[in-house]
Amino acid sequence: MARTVRAIVIAGNGTNCEREVAHACRLAGADVADIVHIAELLAGRVRLDDYHFLNLAGGFLDGDDLGSAKAGANRLLHAQVAGSNGTVADQIRQFVADGKLVMGVCNGFQLMVKMGLLPGLDGSFDQTCSLMHNDGGRFEDRWVWLKVDASSPCVFTRGLEGLYLPVRHGEGKFVVDGESTLKRLEDQHLGVLKYADAQLKPTQDYPANPNGSVNAIAGVCDQSGRLFGLMPHPEAYIHRTHHPRWTREPELPEEGMGLWFYSNAMQYIRDELL
Amino acid sequence: RLIFNTDVFCFASPFLEKELPPRLLHPRRIFDGVVEGVEHGGNKSGIPTVNGSIVFDERFAGKPLVYCGTASIMPRTLNGKPCHEKKAQVGDHIVMTGGRIGKDGIHGATFSSEELHEGSPVTAVQIGDPITQRRMFDFLLIARDRGLYNSITDNGAGGLSSSVGEMSEDTGGFELHLDRAPLKYPGLQPWEILISEAQERMTLAVPPDKLDAFLTLAGEMDVEATDLGVFTDSGYFHCLYEGKTVACLSMDFIHGGVPQMVIPAKWQPKVLAEPDFSQPQDLGAELARLLGRLNICSKESVVRRYDHEVQAGTVIKPLVGVANDGPSDAAVYRPLFDSFEGVVVSHGICPSYSDIDTYHMMACAIDEGLRNYVAVGGNIEHVAGLDNFCWCDPVKSDKTPDGEYKAAQLVRANKALYDYCVAYGVPLISGKDSMKNDYQIGDTKISIPPTVLFSVIGKIDDVRKAVSMDVKRPGDLVYLLGETRDELGGSEYYAARGERGSRVPQVEASSALARYRTVNAAQRQGLIASCHDLSDGGLGVSLAEKAFAGGFGVQVELGKVDAESGLRADKLLFSESQSRLLVTVHPDCRAAFEALFSGQSCRQIGVVTQEPLLQVAAADGSRLLSAAIDQLKEAWQAPLREM
Repeated sequence: MARTVRAIVIAGNGTNCEREVAHACRLAGADVADIVHIAELLAGRVRLDDYHFLNLAGGFLDGDDLGSAKAGANRLLHAQVAGSNGTVADQIRQFVADGKLVMGVCNGFQLMVKMGLLPGLDGSFDQTCSLMHNDGGRFEDRWVWLKVDASSPCVFTRGLEGLYLPVRHGEGKFVVDGESTLKRLEDQHLGVLKYADAQLKPTQDYPANPNGSVNAIAGVCDQSGRLFGLMPHPEAYIHRTHHPRWTREPELPEEGMGLWFYSNAMQYIRDELL
Repeated sequence: RLIFNTDVFCFASPFLEKELPPRLLHPRRIFDGVVEGVEHGGNKSGIPTVNGSIVFDERFAGKPLVYCGTASIMPRTLNGKPCHEKKAQVGDHIVMTGGRIGKDGIHGATFSSEELHEGSPVTAVQIGDPITQRRMFDFLLIARDRGLYNSITDNGAGGLSSSVGEMSEDTGGFELHLDRAPLKYPGLQPWEILISEAQERMTLAVPPDKLDAFLTLAGEMDVEATDLGVFTDSGYFHCLYEGKTVACLSMDFIHGGVPQMVIPAKWQPKVLAEPDFSQPQDLGAELARLLGRLNICSKESVVRRYDHEVQAGTVIKPLVGVANDGPSDAAVYRPLFDSFEGVVVSHGICPSYSDIDTYHMMACAIDEGLRNYVAVGGNIEHVAGLDNFCWCDPVKSDKTPDGEYKAAQLVRANKALYDYCVAYGVPLISGKDSMKNDYQIGDTKISIPPTVLFSVIGKIDDVRKAVSMDVKRPGDLVYLLGETRDELGGSEYYAARGERGSRVPQVEASSALARYRTVNAAQRQGLIASCHDLSDGGLGVSLAEKAFAGGFGVQVELGKVDAESGLRADKLLFSESQSRLLVTVHPDCRAAFEALFSGQSCRQIGVVTQEPLLQVAAADGSRLLSAAIDQLKEAWQAPLREM
């Protein structure tokens, strides 16, 4: 695998966005972007070790019937990989320890939070945050502005100020287990994406903040900046025709803003991991 | 691979304040329940819901209609064979996969084909589980690519009895062991297992040498798959339970045994009159009132609850314009990341015209579907239709004394379906019917208006040439394509006054087809900045929607409209004459655009203005209407905003 950037997208049991995530990885320069069914990982036929960039895609893992991504998190934490003593979660922890990148979008973000991967304060994998039902009480599909915290260690947002992306969720309200967690998130600049108005000022006002997330938090990274999760869908804006107003804004560039995260990930992998 | 969903609902007003007959749920509850159900089913399946509408009529309180459609894409050939061909072989195993069988969905098809009455069973309703279906679809795509089955059919109406019954026509018989079928819970009788319509199940014909591979793959992907028997050439529909025969019917009887029904029909046009009223003073108020009518107002609160962007292929979304809230005519979808070819989907539905003549209702539904399709850039030469009939009982009986008239309505709708699809050159590739949409308890009978959903699907060669409905910039010229006639029978304008009228819109297919072809040519040349169809509420509503979706004003003169002579201003504004489109064109493109349309009905009626007003002048130049676009938008958004 020398000099090739290898991305993996885990699919199955209710993921919906694996194709477009893999496409975004390829467009951003991944040499390999494999969509791998979770059954392949549990059967031990595919190992995370062989990749640099793990993508957890949006969807409704196991129907979200126990709360978003909760059953999916339990499967990864507890189901044994055939022919080994470990779980997929063990492979993910090793993947993280090896300095590699993980990005979770929407249900993938919910999964990372419920597995304790994010925000991963103290380097532990205890769950300290969650994603709850939107304040509006319903699923919504709408485009939002996101303000990037320039002081964040997040490697995916390097050099970025703001983005315009769609949210499509019913359980996207980011909450914390207490004030101290929130303070640590803010002090360390881990709440890297915030719902904002068109002037990029973070806001609690609906609909710019579509779900009522505390401190308008839309995306979170860990202290290394290599683990990143967000509710909005970057893979849904990788070409100008994805933009809701492309027919009236001829100046929009060909490349969509969502691709920026993937490009930054590729840059990091080429600089640090190859 | 499933690429998109469409939803069309027909309800009574959620704000209905009447006493309802026994056993009917309030339309508000129906509305909330249906919207939520489709939200769960559609969103969890990972299929974008890209097109739809909601039609309101009080009679839908008796039976609401829910039309859900899905499109998918497959390789033209697979493993050297055409992908769409399927045929069960003698000796193939009957394998059921996906969900388990329960008591839900027993007599579902019967239920939907009879009137609602005291004895309507609660078990007729299936209980869905989208995640089970999602897992099964993931599995089936892999099984398909590996060539693990010869044929596949879903378990819909009639459950196993009809899926296996239909597939076995290929071989001439089958042997089905009902006791082997996995159940949600014990206690089902063999006949219940045979006909349950429990969801998320597919029946496949798996050749013996592929059976192990098929079942192993299913197991790995956490999908249940069960071998229930074999396809034979015995000539018999043969079901067993614990080794004992419980059904054995000849295939000839099953497939050819039903005597053809003869339903008498007699067309007797109703004697109807046009309403007599003078032109209202304040046409701005009339327009605002129309924009707030349930059949016209914004459905944004529902649209946003559906994921319309998953799979990253939706190029023209249901909501467009400067504030992402204008009403799109149709959806454009790009299914493949390595090609800019797209699929366009739209629909037409206009049950209010059925009260005058179902022939013209059908013609208008076809035309509405096609003009929505053309408006966004769909190629009129590469298009197909799909007809979904929902009718009231058309068989004359004591309960249905007007059965002959209702049957004649059905005949007339089908005549128009034939006439107009031939005239437009549109093949009908699928369809469905539900024939007993009546409610009857005691002396109360509610029959729905005869309703046809005409769905349209076709191709756009390059999605980057797609056109949205919102006006784009001040100074652009506003053109109206097509003639406006005194056709307000069944219109929203008349309905707002409690009237029906008699002059139902009629479709002139040859001029419409020429117009649609020319619109396509103009779109390909990039001459059209925006395009919106005229339907409910006519020119007035279409102008308002274009303006507030784009965030600019529009100024027009009614005297420039190509109209029947002497047509009163309010009728000009709100007539629902078919096949009309409103287009805006950049002044630089004027000559090229007008040249394309020479000899056709194409008039420049106004311009797009910076000033955010909709201004309409009468033929003599006097001001007829001047309204702020944000006020018109508010009137349009308010009614269902909180739903």
